[in-house]
Amino acid sequence: MSEFLNMGGYAAYVWPAYGLTFVVIVWNIIWARRLLARSREEARRRLAMRGEEA
Amino acid sequence: MAWTWFHRLGSPPYIYGLAARLTPWFAWTAALCILAGTYGGLVMAPADYQQGDDFRIIYVHAPTAWMSLMVYTTMAISAAVGLIWRIKVSHAVAAACAPIGASFTLVALVTGSLWGYRMWGTYWEWDPRLTSELILFFLYLGYMGLRSSIDDTQRADRASAVLAVVGVVNVPIIHFSVMWWNSLHQAPSVMQLAAPTMPASMLIPLLLMLLGFTLMFAALLLVRMRAEILSRERGAASWIREAVAS
Repeated sequence: MSEFLNMGGYAAYVWPAYGLTFVVIVWNIIWARRLLARSREEARRRLAMRGEEA
Repeated sequence: MAWTWFHRLGSPPYIYGLAARLTPWFAWTAALCILAGTYGGLVMAPADYQQGDDFRIIYVHAPTAWMSLMVYTTMAISAAVGLIWRIKVSHAVAAACAPIGASFTLVALVTGSLWGYRMWGTYWEWDPRLTSELILFFLYLGYMGLRSSIDDTQRADRASAVLAVVGVVNVPIIHFSVMWWNSLHQAPSVMQLAAPTMPASMLIPLLLMLLGFTLMFAALLLVRMRAEILSRERGAASWIREAVAS
């Protein structure tokens, strides 16, 4: 296991590369979902305002 | 008759519903491919005979670099379709591409830098491949900056679309830079006309990663596109009531 983590002496380069990639993937997923939730909330609010005007 | 599918793709209610149904398929297939590819790349693939275990960075570097180009090309094509045929959905797709592309271009630059440090002895060099990829990152940032600086959505769409289309000349420059100029960067080992120059145990995880990242882009794009479409619809069409009801 420690041999695997050591990555043949390249641990300081391999693990940050993988770490950053997966952080950015997760960040993209959260970001996209939050954007959609916000757009839905805004659309809902707009529809509610129109309902009150009518 | 044959063109009805094309017209339906330009209709917000249709594309919104289709995107919602397709997203989980793309997302879960992408997750499977990326997990399998990561395991294959870190565990199954043998160490490179020259680069040792450092070469394993290829499994995150090549897919993100591929994404940086694929996302830009998608963005430029959508922007061009939006400009030529004035299709709102196309502009929404282009706008949704930019933040995804920018973030993965940054990952490609950083992972490449981490890989290059031990292989070339430097984190950065003003090399044709590296410089043109950095310009791609700035093109994404410029596109997003231009969009956010214009309040009127239609004007923002048109202005940013012109930038996206003009900037696409950079894509072939990046791809062919390692052949046209004397570059530090190695030549392609998969994206070439001849057979890939890798054994299957190294190649299969890489192909899984390339497929996984492409599908992930599709899933992210579908979610962002729905957000864009919703925020652009100012009316009170019944499909929006349905879309936000649940």
